[in-house]
Amino acid sequence: MAGAEQLNPLEQFEIHRLIPIEIGGVDVSFTNSSLWMVIAITLVTLFLTLSVRRRALVPGRWQSLAELAYEFIANMIRDNVGQEGRRFFPFIFTLFMFILFGNMLGLIPYSFTYTSHIIVTVTLALTVFLGITIVGIVRHGLRFFAFFMPQGVPIAMMPLMIPIEILSYLSRPVSLSIRLFANMMAGHTMMKVFAGFVVILGLFGGWAPLLVDVALTGFEVLIAFLQAYVFTILTCLYLNDTIHLH
Amino acid sequence: MPQLDSSTFPTQIVWLVICFIVLYLLMWKVALPRIAAVLEARRSRIDDDLDRASALKEEAAQALAAYEASLAEAHARAQAELRAAAEQLAAETSARQADLVARLKAETAAAEARIARAKQQALKNIAAVAAEAAQAATARLIGVNVGEPALRKAIDAAMGDEE
Repeated sequence: MAGAEQLNPLEQFEIHRLIPIEIGGVDVSFTNSSLWMVIAITLVTLFLTLSVRRRALVPGRWQSLAELAYEFIANMIRDNVGQEGRRFFPFIFTLFMFILFGNMLGLIPYSFTYTSHIIVTVTLALTVFLGITIVGIVRHGLRFFAFFMPQGVPIAMMPLMIPIEILSYLSRPVSLSIRLFANMMAGHTMMKVFAGFVVILGLFGGWAPLLVDVALTGFEVLIAFLQAYVFTILTCLYLNDTIHLH
Repeated sequence: MPQLDSSTFPTQIVWLVICFIVLYLLMWKVALPRIAAVLEARRSRIDDDLDRASALKEEAAQALAAYEASLAEAHARAQAELRAAAEQLAAETSARQADLVARLKAETAAAEARIARAKQQALKNIAAVAAEAAQAATARLIGVNVGEPALRKAIDAAMGDEE
């Protein structure tokens, strides 16, 4: 056995500097996290461009997948945001693909899951949150702030309702980022814990946690997709709220 | 927990922003337009095919209508010809019948005339034979030779009664 360090389930989340870079005293090294981000965007791009290379009228497997992804997000935007949402299609599609590939690639043993880091999910969620808020203000001007005054509520209740509405609005990026980060981290930690049991129990009893890990892997594939979907659809819903107010 | 090590935050944010923007540009400018073009091509192809199919259907319906029209016309023409032929036949038949009736009437008249003439002739002969017989009878019975004029007169009187 290679020691307790190997069995630390959180070891997999450590950031390693592969190419140290420092600009203006800030450490912006190319790390394993950066490496997997580059791998992810390369794979997404190759997948979506090579698959439709032949522009087949009757799509093959890969082209079907690319078309499926396209229509999946296009339908999501059409159903949840409507016609005005078309302008945001490239952004939302990128968001979905980036998170989906981050989650999925993280399931490969010895890879790194960049979506399991809170700073990454927070950055994504804040980008969505600020972007949507800016869209709302550009679109509606000061009327956008009427968003925080629920209609049909007595004026007397307003001092109570407005802080609640503002708080719930501000909690959106928090829940968005923590949901993704926590799901990814919990799943990977659990798999690593069971994998550790396999090593500890050895040939004698190792097959039981191994079976659990196999099942968990299937489950994690579902979670990986589901969390990408949830992040994307919540972005759509927030965008819809902002575009149409309520 | 490595996630809370804030010394790694700048590098993660920087690389996240770089990768996300690169992916966004690649999706926006390269990948999505291609997929959209493929989908659009398929949609327009299907629409074209549907249009062509409905045009062909229209054409077929027209051809059927034309066929039915010509069939009906031929039918009507045949009917008319048949009727004309039947009428001509009927006219000829009745003409021939009338002709026959006329000829038969003429023949009947001729035959009647002939019979009347023969009857007349026979009557005349009867008078002569009767005269001869009466003369012979009177000569044998009473031994009187009756003169020709008296005999004729008596016979004519008898025959006139009969007539």
